[in-house]
Amino acid sequence: MDKSNSNDLLTIGGIGLESRLFTGTGKYPSDAMIPEVIERSGSQVITVALRRVDFAAGTENIMDFIPQSVQLLPNTSGARTAEEAVRIAHLAQAAGCGNWIKIEVISDNRYLLPDGYETVRATEILANEGFVVLPYINADLMVARSLVDSGAAAVMPLGAPIGSNRGLRTEEMIRILIEEIKLPIIVDAGIGKPSEACAAMEMGAAACLVNTAIAGAGVPAIMAEAFGHAVRAGRAAFLSGPGASRKTAAASSPLTGFLEGGTQ
Amino acid sequence: MTDFYEYYKTWRDFSFVEYFRSVSESRVAAILQKERLSEIDFLALLSPAAEGLLEDMAQRSRDLTIRNFGRSVLLFTPMYLSNYCTNRCVYCGFNVDNSIMRHHLSFPEVEREAEEIAKSGLKHILLLTGEDKRRASIEYLCHCVRIVEKYFTAIGIEIYPLETEGYRTLVENGVDSLTLFQETYNETLYKKLHPGGPKRNYRYRLAAPERGCAAGMRAVNVGGLLGLDDWRRESFFTGLHADWLQSRWPEVTVGFSLPRMRPHAGTFQPDFPISDRHLVQVMTALRLFMPRAGITISTREGAQFRDNILPLGVTTMSAGASTAVGGHSREEADSTSQFDISDERNVQEMAEALKGFGYQPVYKDWHPIGGILS
Repeated sequence: MDKSNSNDLLTIGGIGLESRLFTGTGKYPSDAMIPEVIERSGSQVITVALRRVDFAAGTENIMDFIPQSVQLLPNTSGARTAEEAVRIAHLAQAAGCGNWIKIEVISDNRYLLPDGYETVRATEILANEGFVVLPYINADLMVARSLVDSGAAAVMPLGAPIGSNRGLRTEEMIRILIEEIKLPIIVDAGIGKPSEACAAMEMGAAACLVNTAIAGAGVPAIMAEAFGHAVRAGRAAFLSGPGASRKTAAASSPLTGFLEGGTQ
Repeated sequence: MTDFYEYYKTWRDFSFVEYFRSVSESRVAAILQKERLSEIDFLALLSPAAEGLLEDMAQRSRDLTIRNFGRSVLLFTPMYLSNYCTNRCVYCGFNVDNSIMRHHLSFPEVEREAEEIAKSGLKHILLLTGEDKRRASIEYLCHCVRIVEKYFTAIGIEIYPLETEGYRTLVENGVDSLTLFQETYNETLYKKLHPGGPKRNYRYRLAAPERGCAAGMRAVNVGGLLGLDDWRRESFFTGLHADWLQSRWPEVTVGFSLPRMRPHAGTFQPDFPISDRHLVQVMTALRLFMPRAGITISTREGAQFRDNILPLGVTTMSAGASTAVGGHSREEADSTSQFDISDERNVQEMAEALKGFGYQPVYKDWHPIGGILS
C-alpha cells in the first residue's frame, strides 16, 4: 500500500480492510482459479452464493478454494422475497459462514434488478439479529436512506445490471448516494473494465465489487491484478483530490496580466 | 390477454413463408447489432437468410452466454418413475398401444434408484412419468419427492400437465422446477399426432407452464419436439412462449430445452428432421432473443455434437442418463426406454470433458430454502 494511504482502512462490521476491491466466486471456468485471483487482486472480501455451496459434498467444494484469511461475504442469490433472503442468511450462518451477508432479493429474471422494498425488509430483520448486512440495490436514494434506518453496514448500488459489463451507467445516482448516505457506498454490478472501477473510486465510492469482468476475462488472474491497481489508483486520486479543471486553455498573455507587478 | 393461447392466435396465421422470403442477409446483420431483439427480429434469425451469418450469431451467442452464466454448465440426470401411459402419441415409445415392457417404481425402488444416481455427485434430478394418473398420482409423486430430497437439492418434474393446485402441492412438497414440452405448437398437427388419451387437449397442455408459474415453480422449461413440424416455426413459437411467460412471471427462471427426435419403439419417423446446422441456428437465435434463459441439451444428442455446441449457448446438460424406468439400479431389464440416448458418457466422464473445454461442471445450483429452515 502507498505510504500516504497507510491509515486508509475501510471499516465494516468492526473489521478494517486495506483492500477496497471485493471479488466474487461465480462464472469461473474452474474454482481452482479463485486463490490466484484473490492473491493478485489483493482482495480481502469475497462473496459466494450459498445456492452453489454443497456443504455435504464429499469431493471438491467451492469453499475449499477460499483462503481462510479472506472475509467471507455469503450472498442470498436466488431469494425472491425478504423471507427467502432471511432463510438463506440463517442457512449461511448455521453452515459456519459467519455473520456477514450480502442481501440480493431479485424477482426479475430478465434484468436481475433488485427489489428495493424486499431488500429493506430483509435488512431490517437480519441487522436486528446481529448480521453485518450489505444490501445490493438500485442506485436509489430513498431506498438507501431506508437501509440506513434499517441498520445496514454498507450500501451496494449497481453501476449497471449484473453481468452486463456496461460500466457506471448510474454514475449520477451513485454520486448522490456518496454525497448523502453516511455509510460506505460499494459499487456492485455492471463494472466491466478497471478504468470504470477507478472512476467509481475517484468519485468517492468506498469500494467496488467485481465478478463478471474478472471471471469472464481472457486471463482472470491478470484482470484481477488490473482491477486491484485500478481501485487503489482511484482511491488515491480521491484522497488527493483533483486539481481544478477548466474547459478553456489558460492564456499565456492574460487580459488581467497588467495587474501583476509594475502597476500602480 | 388471459393466457398464452390468446397471444399465440395473433401469430398463428402469420405468413411465415412470405416473411422469410423478405428477409435479407443485411437485415439479419443489422439485427445482430441490436441490444434487444423484438419478436420479428427473432423470427428473422430463424430465416434461411440468417444461415449465412451463423458464425456471427454463434459468436454473439457465446459472448452473451459467458457474460450471463460464465463458463459453467449445470449437470442433472432424468429419473424415470413409471412408463405406464394412457396416451396414444404416435411418436412416443410409451404410447399405450406399443407392446413394451412397463414398470412402475415402488418406493423402495425409488430409494435405490436415487441412492445409485446420487453416487455420481449430482444434486439436480428430473423426475419423469408417463401419463397414468392412477399409478403416477400426485400423492405418489409427493412421496417420491420426499424420498429423493434426501439425496438431491433440486428436484424437477417432467410429467403430465396438472391443474395449478396440483403443481402447488408438488411445490409445497419440494419440487422446484417444471419441464413440459408442447411437442408441437401446430394445433392441427397436434391433434393428428395425439389421437387418443388426455394429452389430446392442446390448450390444456399449452397453458400448463403458466399454471406451473402461478403455483410457484422457481424454474419452468418449455420446448417443442424438433422434427414433428417445420423447425423455424416451432422454434419461433417456443421463443414466443418463453418470452410471454417471462414477461408475466419475471420471478420465474424460464428456459428452453431443445429435444430433437431420436429413434424409438414404434414406426413413426419425423417428417421434418432438423440438421445439426439448423439446430445451432435455433439455439443461437433463442440465446440472442432471451440472453438470460437457460438452454438445456440432453443426451439425445451425441457426445461429439454436444462437445461442439457447448460454447454456443448451452447452460444445462443431462449426463449419465437412462430413459428406462429404474435404469440406474434395476438389474432386470423389464422396462423399455422412452427413446435411445446418444451421449452415453457417465457423469464423471461428462465432467472431465467439460473441464477439458475450460468449463466448470456445476453439480449444485439450488437448495430448498423453504424446506430446511421454515
